[in-house]
Amino acid sequence: MEARAKLIDLGAFIDRVERATGQEDFRMAAFRAALAELDKQQPQKARNVLLALSDPTTEPIPAATTKAACGAWPGKPA
Amino acid sequence: MVSRTTDDYIDMATAGCQAVCEPAFWAGFDRSSAKGFYDYFCQLTEHEPKRAAKFGLSHFTWLCINPKESEDVKLAEEVIAIIPKFLDRPNVLGIGEIGLNKNSRNELKVLELHVDLAARTNQMILVHTPHLEDKLKGTRLIVDVLKSDKRIQPERVIIDHVEEHTIEVALDAGFWAGMTLYPESKCTAARAIDMIEIYGGERLWMNSACDWGISVPLAVPYAALEMKRRGHAPEVIDRMVYQNPVRFMSQSPKFKLPKA
Repeated sequence: MEARAKLIDLGAFIDRVERATGQEDFRMAAFRAALAELDKQQPQKARNVLLALSDPTTEPIPAATTKAACGAWPGKPA
Repeated sequence: MVSRTTDDYIDMATAGCQAVCEPAFWAGFDRSSAKGFYDYFCQLTEHEPKRAAKFGLSHFTWLCINPKESEDVKLAEEVIAIIPKFLDRPNVLGIGEIGLNKNSRNELKVLELHVDLAARTNQMILVHTPHLEDKLKGTRLIVDVLKSDKRIQPERVIIDHVEEHTIEVALDAGFWAGMTLYPESKCTAARAIDMIEIYGGERLWMNSACDWGISVPLAVPYAALEMKRRGHAPEVIDRMVYQNPVRFMSQSPKFKLPKA
């Protein structure tokens, strides 16, 4: 029941985003990519969702310009 | 707990908690000078132990300048210079929570300064790993710094806030791993228990997020209830919520709990 409720919440969230105008930003693109991990016939789905949302680079960034994380990697070094 | 009310201490004592372990962290705003940190360290080592003791809770702390304020290297150097004045205080367990926030060059430099301080003064280390998209990269960078300093003993270091994609990075390098429980946005009790079932409980513990955001000081007792519901044996639950934290922190001779 708990998972069912969470699944419906996700569906409602996507409906909400798609009712809005304007272009989706990188966070929604990352969300859709992470969502696809759930449908793959592979173990460690939670880990793979986290990896899909992670910064894959290895070098420190030149300087921190903000304190907060936003939940998804913009797709290029900050 | 600087960011929490006295009611939280009452709730923790009522739920059977024995001690509070509070890392130095961000104030919710940037402090304007090293003097602000001096006052903060006094609060952590003088006032908070008294506030917790009113409810029978032992209070322990870790000292540092938090990664969120580590972009200013000069300020960090000034703060790190005053930390040794506090290391002999009876409730100080070590240096923490140090680490990275946005994985910047300056944050990395300040992390190295903290690690050097811990090594020079033979202190244990509590590590904060970044959140969300920054966690994987940050955890790898932090582990690289710790492993490259041969004075650091991994068994005296805990890498905190691990999740499914970083837990192996910490455990495989010989460190302890902490799973910080949040009511939203990060690791839940259900996921933490999944990780216990997958990785075992040798160098693993759970802790309750108690910060400025939405957090629940009783998250660990609630997780214990969830473990019971899943059928874990009482000794396994006791090991995860009590014995393991005691085993790690008892590496400091200052960590002593009142006899039950």
